[in-house]
Amino acid sequence: MFEWFEPLIKTLTTDSGFWNPIVWGIVFIITFLVVYIIRGMGKKEYKKNTGQTQVFLSGNPEYEKEKMHVPGANVYWGFTEALKWLYKKFDKMHTGNISDYVLWFVIIMGIFLVIMVVI
Amino acid sequence: MNEILDWIIHHSPALIVAVPLLGAFLTILIGKIGPRIRNVFVIIITAITSFFVLLLANYVFTNGIKTYVFGGSSTSIESSYAIRILFEIDGLNAFIAIIAAILPIVAIIYSWAFMKEHTGLDKYYTLILLMTAGMLGMILTGDLFNFFVFLEITSIASAALIAFYLHKANSVQAAFKYIVISAIGALFLLFAIALFYGQYNALNMAVIANNISFTFIDKIALVVLIAALAMKAGIVPMHMWLPDAYGRAPASVTVVLIGTTLASLYGLFRVIFTIYGNHLFTVDSSQIALVLGVLIIILAVVTIVIGVFMALKQNDFKRMIAFAAIAEIGYMFLAVGAALSTYTFEGSSATISASGQMALKGGVFHIFNDALDVGLLFLVAGAVYYAAKETSLNKLGGLARNMKYTTIFFLIGLAAVSGLPPMNGFASKLIIYQSTFQINPLLAIVAILCSILLLATFVKVFYSVFLGPKLPKFSGVKEVPKSMLIAMGIIACIIIFIGLFPNVFVENIVTPAANALQNATSYIGGVL
Amino acid sequence: MAFYIPYIAVVALILIGLYAVVFKRNLIKIVIGITFIECGVNLFLITLGYRENSTAPIYTSSPGGIMSLPVPQALTLTSIVIGVAVLALMLSLVVHIYRHYKTLDARKIIGGDEE
Repeated sequence: MFEWFEPLIKTLTTDSGFWNPIVWGIVFIITFLVVYIIRGMGKKEYKKNTGQTQVFLSGNPEYEKEKMHVPGANVYWGFTEALKWLYKKFDKMHTGNISDYVLWFVIIMGIFLVIMVVI
Repeated sequence: MNEILDWIIHHSPALIVAVPLLGAFLTILIGKIGPRIRNVFVIIITAITSFFVLLLANYVFTNGIKTYVFGGSSTSIESSYAIRILFEIDGLNAFIAIIAAILPIVAIIYSWAFMKEHTGLDKYYTLILLMTAGMLGMILTGDLFNFFVFLEITSIASAALIAFYLHKANSVQAAFKYIVISAIGALFLLFAIALFYGQYNALNMAVIANNISFTFIDKIALVVLIAALAMKAGIVPMHMWLPDAYGRAPASVTVVLIGTTLASLYGLFRVIFTIYGNHLFTVDSSQIALVLGVLIIILAVVTIVIGVFMALKQNDFKRMIAFAAIAEIGYMFLAVGAALSTYTFEGSSATISASGQMALKGGVFHIFNDALDVGLLFLVAGAVYYAAKETSLNKLGGLARNMKYTTIFFLIGLAAVSGLPPMNGFASKLIIYQSTFQINPLLAIVAILCSILLLATFVKVFYSVFLGPKLPKFSGVKEVPKSMLIAMGIIACIIIFIGLFPNVFVENIVTPAANALQNATSYIGGVL
Repeated sequence: MAFYIPYIAVVALILIGLYAVVFKRNLIKIVIGITFIECGVNLFLITLGYRENSTAPIYTSSPGGIMSLPVPQALTLTSIVIGVAVLALMLSLVVHIYRHYKTLDARKIIGGDEE
């Protein structure tokens, strides 16, 4: 009755591995259940309205909620700051000038011509 | 009933291009009656086109190459001069035509509610139907000058649509840059076509592929073709028009623009593998295939790295997704270049190694997945702009309370683009990682690391747009209208379906397309 | 030697056009540069169809002899029409850019993030 279902759940084989999403789904559900049960075995009681329920910000005062949201430009500050030398080079490439766009096209065509004619 | 279907399948290459073209010219007349009738008419036209494309794809995948001659009954006159204009459809054409048929329907259903309070919608729908006709014509044709004409139709219609928001300065300058780049690319493509015509006195792709002999002028034509088509497809370092054009256009227009970029990428593969196929892969005199493969791999790796690093830095929602789209095009290019560099010669024919065949399958599969994933992300960006009237990531926040469905669709898009199981991005990226690892381990390392950085980029967007406390200026934000949700839901359903059952897709649809790439002689045999 | 003059003219036109697009700052000069490239490619297409001592490829009241090839002439007509459409679109976009930015300098219409 359900033999049209058979070719749908075959595994996808590459030369050195395989991938079967149904097997992955079953493993995911089993792992999720195990983690959920272990979490449920923790302590359930806590003291309300004392220091246990407040946010810890390394001793800094907490403002109201609207000011605490990190805007999008600052989310990966550490990454962009550490790689500033790389980003300076990329920014110099991405000017908005239309003439630079066509200049890159001519440069790439020139490099390809030299390589293909020599070989 | 069966004869009507047979007649439709026999004439379908002409109908697929003619129906949107006729619909584009009728839309202005019907628009005078009323806006709702015009919207329904446009949806019916694109639905009919997609139905014809699916019929044709089904026919080609079961029966082989289909050739359609315009205005004649056989492809050649006087027994060997093939001079008629013809459309030739093999596995790769049908595969990309399926993508090009899904994207406009989704865009038009989405723009029912997204564009409702703008004026000038008659011209908008006409231009989208013209873009669809041009895109499908570019994909189905078997004639080089026909390809050039459809490429120009598509780029003119797209440039007019990118400048849709005429009151903003950014859209107009993005459209100007797009049309300058398009015009230069198309003119150099015409130069290469003229070089071919001067040598072989033919414009038909199959006839040129049959007669090609790798003279000096052919080398110049190959270089000009690769440079011009790669610029239209968005390969670094000629990619800089892509963030401007994708980021400033309305969201539904961007979805169809993805289709036109993929059609240029298809043109590039068709030139390398089929027109030069007989020479590259049967003549042992020079190591052209290896040199070409290495050049393509270098360009692809630079594309992936620059695309991902620039995407991390952006503050504008749609520009960031455009840079991620550039990185994904780099993945497709990497897989095909890796396959090209593994050609080995035995006797008089060349075979691709087994890992090269797997890489080709992965690259072709990734074209389909990437179009859907990036399309879904752009639709979500448009939904956020419609609801909150902001595109800058610095000013958005806390939208998940009001827009629950949009958040779920963004999560699906995030998992699909960065290659997390069980979405379809994981299936195609797994094939690319494992096959390029066997060709050269460094390529797979770069690909995996940049996938992780893509995940980091979209997690940043998810945090700063959807999570967070409730901001007071967004307290009146409601969920987007139903037609936009239906459009996003269609793509999400296809993504989850391909993710859960990848094997049925790879065996029946991707493998014929990848085999058609390596088989230049059967393409020639369809005409001569 | 006279046989090669059209081909030298083609290369010269394309190089002048590329020079105008890459090194000039005025937007109108960039548009004129694209027109130069298009003229060069059209000239190349027509030159390919010429045969020595040939007449126009028209059958009615033709003076006899060989005719030059008609196919490149059809391709060139198509290309000229496409070039006119692209030129009209580019110039109308330049008019809109001037209304927004009040300048035609290509280094100033960069377009940063939206406010």
